[in-house]
Amino acid sequence: MSANVSHSLAIHARGLVKKFGDLHAVDGIDLDVPRGMIFAILGPNGAGKTTLMRMLATLLGPDAGSASVMGHDLIAAPQEVRGAIAMTGQFASLDEDLTGRENLMLLARLWGFRGRTARERADELLATFDLADAAAKQVKDYSGGMRRRLDIAASLIVTPGVLFLDEPTTGLDPVARKSVWRMIRALAGSGVTILLTTQYLDEADQLAARIAVIDHGKMIAEGTSRELKAATGSGFLHVAVSDVARLEEAARLLEAHLGGVVQRSVEGATLSIAAKTPLDANAALGALINAGIGLEDFSMGSPSLDEVFFSLTGKKQP
Amino acid sequence: MSELKLVARPQAPSALSNALVFGWRAVLKFKHVPEQLFDLVMTPIMFTLLFTFVFGGALAGSPGAYLQVFLPGILVQTVVFNAVYSGMGLSTDLGKGLFDRFRSLPIWPLAPFAGLMVGDILRHLIAGSIILSIGLILGYRPEAGIGGVLAAFAMLVTIGFGMGWVFIVLGLLIRTPMTVMTIGFTVLFPLVFASNIMVAPETMPGWLRAFVMVNPVSLMTSAMRGLMSGTATFEQIAVALIAPIVLTLLLAPVTLWLYRRR
Repeated sequence: MSANVSHSLAIHARGLVKKFGDLHAVDGIDLDVPRGMIFAILGPNGAGKTTLMRMLATLLGPDAGSASVMGHDLIAAPQEVRGAIAMTGQFASLDEDLTGRENLMLLARLWGFRGRTARERADELLATFDLADAAAKQVKDYSGGMRRRLDIAASLIVTPGVLFLDEPTTGLDPVARKSVWRMIRALAGSGVTILLTTQYLDEADQLAARIAVIDHGKMIAEGTSRELKAATGSGFLHVAVSDVARLEEAARLLEAHLGGVVQRSVEGATLSIAAKTPLDANAALGALINAGIGLEDFSMGSPSLDEVFFSLTGKKQP
Repeated sequence: MSELKLVARPQAPSALSNALVFGWRAVLKFKHVPEQLFDLVMTPIMFTLLFTFVFGGALAGSPGAYLQVFLPGILVQTVVFNAVYSGMGLSTDLGKGLFDRFRSLPIWPLAPFAGLMVGDILRHLIAGSIILSIGLILGYRPEAGIGGVLAAFAMLVTIGFGMGWVFIVLGLLIRTPMTVMTIGFTVLFPLVFASNIMVAPETMPGWLRAFVMVNPVSLMTSAMRGLMSGTATFEQIAVALIAPIVLTLLLAPVTLWLYRRR
């Protein structure tokens, strides 16, 4: 590939592998993230999202493969990579005993701000993240949402080329979650490339311009949310069966006619399956009616990212 | 959230500047968690009082005579035990992901450890001064005067610096702070008790006496006594410094390797 391409990309990775004993946590991942984009890595717990991110943030050395971040090679020039990135991990990387301001001043000084400028930079960030009132409080007295905000502020002492956010809203209440989302959009608006991991499909759908779906250390799909939905089929057929005893029979018939995997709703009586066209859906419904299986209700809809995800990973919806 | 300002990276700071920032963090910890000093000095204070008044008469004829021998030794013990706490602190930091942030910054990789050492040295000096003050109140008199005490404290800081690496390595290897403490004291108790700090080795069985004579803690204690009483020989000081120097040369690279590998 030409040098030109690598310079328009914030992250360019080929064949990244990380093994922990026999476990292939990351098993040959290629990743291209254009500059200035919010890019989401979506996957269940243990899929390898955090390991992939830690490799790209120079915290873990890859066992195979290569990558460059903001044009700097991960292995040959890790210190240059560190100068161009910031990472907010899954667990608050703050000093609990110190105050919010002291935490930010500590990092500002490590970046090279001296004397009064370090304090000014800390106070600017505290104001930006609505933490000015809590500046002199020890972090151990912060709420979960405040910690997250301070943790993200701590990644913005110097505006990074790439900001890594590992599950930025896990464990937050809905209000705090929305406020982190606003913050991420504002950051992307100012030109920062953001790579975030999430296990929430709506988070990826809401925020990210492109989404990579990862399972068992492998990338199983990559594209815009619209592309991923389209790849699963134009729509989803939802069927509510009146006689629960014949649910399995109905599921087999649907799978036989439409291919793919039927997903069962939590209550158990509703089945969902991808249908490429309304005509296919119609034929499958006809088969159910011919078999004498009574239907309470049926509908056609566009797949949600949940359905896309479960259809891609071949797992049954919980 | 209000408007974000784009901020460029200032000129990269020096390695020394990075280390001093971590030292500043250690000082802030004293401000916010003054209780940590209580943990550090209570045990040695109890040891000083109990050994002086309970065993002093039996061991040295009088509590006053015992204190004169015992005090330099309890200073060594204080510093050696202090090192365990800094290993625990490191293990706690690592468990919280704080070091992940430090490691993703473009700083001198050993700076966080240099900062820990600054904190340790402050702790050693504060704890040592408190113990010495209590000793002075109880009647301890350093024959070598202020000069001798200053030299002894310099030796004390060197001992603490060397021992510190052992527990930094343990802190890097072991995830739970409590385990660091258990392992630390399991190793240190025999090392401290089977030394010449509390009892002269003459009454011990031959095999134990042989160990006590080469135990680095004994060598350090003899040098401390020598410095504070003004009888220290060059050889005494040299052998006392072997362990701290060897530990530093050996474990500083190990620390860097473990830290990078994590």
